[in-house]
Amino acid sequence: MELLVASGIGVLTAAGVYLVMRRRTFPVVIGLSLLSYAVNLFLFATGRLAIDRPPIVGATANPVDPLPQALVLTAIVISFGMTALIVVLSLRGFLETGSDRVDISASDRDSSLGSPPPEGAS
Amino acid sequence: MSSALVVLIPFLAAAFPPLAARLGRSACAGTAAAATLVSLALLLANADALWSAPAVAWRADWLPQVGLSFSFRLDALAVFFALLILAIGVLIIVYARHYLAPADPAGRFYAYLLLFQGSMLGIVAADNVLLMLVFWELTSLSSFLLIGYWNHAAESRRGARMALVVTGGGGFALIAGMLILGEIAGSYQISEILQRGEAIRESPLYLPALILILIGAFTKSAQFPFHFWLPHAMAAPTPVSAYLHSATMVKAGIFLMARLWPALAGTEAWFLIVSLTGLVTMVVAAWIACFRDDLKALLAFSTVSHLGLITMLLGFGTPAAAAVAVLHVLNHATFKAALFMSVGIVDHEAGTRDIRRLGGLLWLMPITGTLALVAAASMAGVPLLNGYISKEMMLEQAAVTSYAGLAWLVPAMATLGALLSAGYSARLVIGAFLGRPHPGDAGHGHDPSPGMWGPVAVLVALVVALGVAPQLLAAPLVEPAARAVTGGEMPPLSLAIWHGVTPALAMSLIALAGGLAFVAVQERLDRLREAFPRPDAKRMFEAALSACVRAADRLIAATHTQVLHHHASVAVLAIAGAAAAWFWIAPHAAGERAPLPASAPAVTAWLVLIVATATLVLRHRDRLFAIVLTSVVGLIVSLTFMQFSAPDLALTQVSVEVVTTILLLLALNLLPKETPAETGAGWRSFDAVVASAVGLGAGGLAYALMTRSVDSISAFHVAQAKPGGGGTNVVNVILVDFRGFDTFGEIIVLGIAALAIYALLDSALRGAAARRLAAMRPGLESADAHPLLLVVATRVLLPLVVTVGAYIFFRGHNLPGGGFIAGLIVAVALIMQYMASGYSWTAARARFDAHLMIGGGVAIAGLTGVASWLFGRPFLTSTFDHVHLPLIGEIELASAVAFDLGVFLTVVGTVLLSLATISRVEERAEPPSPPAEEPRTLPRQSTPAPARPRALVTSEGD
Repeated sequence: MELLVASGIGVLTAAGVYLVMRRRTFPVVIGLSLLSYAVNLFLFATGRLAIDRPPIVGATANPVDPLPQALVLTAIVISFGMTALIVVLSLRGFLETGSDRVDISASDRDSSLGSPPPEGAS
Repeated sequence: MSSALVVLIPFLAAAFPPLAARLGRSACAGTAAAATLVSLALLLANADALWSAPAVAWRADWLPQVGLSFSFRLDALAVFFALLILAIGVLIIVYARHYLAPADPAGRFYAYLLLFQGSMLGIVAADNVLLMLVFWELTSLSSFLLIGYWNHAAESRRGARMALVVTGGGGFALIAGMLILGEIAGSYQISEILQRGEAIRESPLYLPALILILIGAFTKSAQFPFHFWLPHAMAAPTPVSAYLHSATMVKAGIFLMARLWPALAGTEAWFLIVSLTGLVTMVVAAWIACFRDDLKALLAFSTVSHLGLITMLLGFGTPAAAAVAVLHVLNHATFKAALFMSVGIVDHEAGTRDIRRLGGLLWLMPITGTLALVAAASMAGVPLLNGYISKEMMLEQAAVTSYAGLAWLVPAMATLGALLSAGYSARLVIGAFLGRPHPGDAGHGHDPSPGMWGPVAVLVALVVALGVAPQLLAAPLVEPAARAVTGGEMPPLSLAIWHGVTPALAMSLIALAGGLAFVAVQERLDRLREAFPRPDAKRMFEAALSACVRAADRLIAATHTQVLHHHASVAVLAIAGAAAAWFWIAPHAAGERAPLPASAPAVTAWLVLIVATATLVLRHRDRLFAIVLTSVVGLIVSLTFMQFSAPDLALTQVSVEVVTTILLLLALNLLPKETPAETGAGWRSFDAVVASAVGLGAGGLAYALMTRSVDSISAFHVAQAKPGGGGTNVVNVILVDFRGFDTFGEIIVLGIAALAIYALLDSALRGAAARRLAAMRPGLESADAHPLLLVVATRVLLPLVVTVGAYIFFRGHNLPGGGFIAGLIVAVALIMQYMASGYSWTAARARFDAHLMIGGGVAIAGLTGVASWLFGRPFLTSTFDHVHLPLIGEIELASAVAFDLGVFLTVVGTVLLSLATISRVEERAEPPSPPAEEPRTLPRQSTPAPARPRALVTSEGD
């Protein structure tokens, strides 16, 4: 079991890193999601694996370490917040520039510093 | 306490002049003067040390762990300097009232001035090294503001910047030096450090500490070779120059050397460094001053020269010389402030400070002229004025000092310094005030109002009084202060006009006569001097500064490529490299913990994960497919949590999975549906190699970790969950109770993320983004945007899901569930309404505001924590009790439930706000349709395209 989880973490990390190094926002977002999975699993694994020993008093004689679980629970929710933020960031970037590249290309570098678009009436 | 108030009152009062600005300049000056006078009165009430009583001290701890305390001690030296600062401060305030033009913002000026005054008082009164450093930096900052007061003038901005860079850089060295000093002495209290002089001077760290501290003092007091900033700081308004450069700012370095004299002085190193620096500064600056045509620049270099004189005296390291140094601090402050203010009057009335365009001012403005004449005579060292007394005594000390075996060096150079001092004083008087009035514009001018010459007159009266009766007037102040400098031992101070025929008298006479003779040959010397190249400190400084800027630019250009791929590669490789290095060092024995046997379902799930991830990497360019595969991975992750005894995590992961998938789908609707292939095979294989290495490392680390046993602190949490937290679900009890503060922080972060999303997208409805949205026609859509079955199903399910959410919420304290999971479930149900029925339909019916939920959630959680204060317990201490409800039976009510409610509301609000905001943007991108109708009855229309109905955008009600 340990080997399965560890290799799963490894594969998720590798895929996450590869996608984060792409040139468009969407794969980067997906890559960060995969990295979150890997990190959450890794943190969870620091409590060591145990079957049928949930950390509920009275349910089992020898409950598993609850602390990593509590940490990972908030980490999962925070990862959602982070994913949502970068998705929206990439969305706004795309709407603003018409491109979803993660870099500023050399030709755009100067023009991107130009005057902002006029404010539309709202 | 009142001793601390001496320092604090100027700071507190700094708020008033800007408020009084509406009432006019006099009101501004009035408030500033009143504050200064109050501070002065308090100082005199606490000046016991002048009458050989113990010094008044006050102390309150600030950060006791690092040895920082608010401690003030008004010993005789502190009282002496504080008197100068406050008394001259009052005169400057009065003078500035008449000097500043009506257009100058007076409120700002006096506020800066009071801040500066308070900082200076802090330096002299602080009894803690760290506190003194705080005030030291504050003087650099407030003097920056004062020097750059006329911030419309480039010269003033540059002068202010130079002063800040030089004194701030010196302050940096000073911090290091003072910390070393505190470490050697074993205390940061100055009064204790001063008693351990012996141990400090014998420490091997003495020399580094001394050099660093001296750099701080020399930069502040403009000693050679850091003298160049002071003349450029003359771009400040004259009252500022008079204040900063006579009695305060530049005297801070002198004060520091005097303050630490018992700890640092008396060694060979001290003598060699300090006296030589002082001597060189005195002569070089006096030489430069002789050739300045701008009266203020002349005075600036003369200030540098006199500071050098005082530094040299302190450097001699004998108690008698230190006493003369203190005396000259007093004398220099009086005549130099008077001279600066006189030159300010000349500038104000004649319109120029150029000595070549001035002349005969004594006949045009007799009062100012007379006053300036007397002050300049004192500076030159003419008998019966106070400058003579201290100069005479300085020469007396110099006459008996031998430097590095050269008995003639110090006396000869000191005489030369005195000669040049007499020379520039005479040139100032003869050039500007005597002779014939200049025919040009500068030939007009008359005495100003008494408000301007009054303060000068007060100072000149002091100059004369201290010169005529020094033993009567100066000694009572100078003697205790000098005793405080030397730490007690001092021969009795004898201040007299006539000491008999001594070597000093001869040197003095040579200096005076030579000074007058010098004026006669000044012009010829100047031409000779012009022939030789001279280093231009300002140009060198500017060149050094722009070299720094260029180096920084090059570094940024080289490292900041604006290409994410580079940065990500560097970061990933750095982490991988560090990890590999540690792996190399660490032992490689296998773990001792027996692994769990693998089951068939687990292997199946693992296979699914591997295949899904591999497919995702290979086919990621099809974005919709990528989302599907990502959610497959997410499901496997939640199954993993389920398998390994983490039901709470499994529930959370699966709900987050739903929300994330919806989020990605919503975003993808507006983004391109495919990722173009743009990286070549070379880059792709590079990335693949790097990624594989990192993956291998992460997997190996996880495996090594899991096959080893661990000592966890969790036994406490499990044991205390029920008796201490009132719940059996340990994970939930940890979240809302044991580590509630973490959770509190986390929901705040969540709320901030949601608000950032709202801010990012709300403004996308205007400007360039909005035009692009309007031009966009979503591609991948079914003909029926709102399928009937989905609409009906989500509406029927809503109350059911909310009930389930409530159930999950309440049971969370004892069984898997809780605020996070319940919040996600309810949010999904609500989001589904947006998905099924459209943004405007749902938003029009929403009875709640997501912003309010986020804010309310954080507030409820925070108030639950604060409530425990009412019972005298720390933040977030929980309590619980059992209540019996009819029908439902016995339930347990913990205060943690209220906290969990806050978590619940924040999570619901965050998810709703982020996703609903995207749907709202989405709606803008769709072809227009009449709002608030049953959307499913409206097939998509593309024909008539009227202007966007405003109701769609504003229907949210904000």
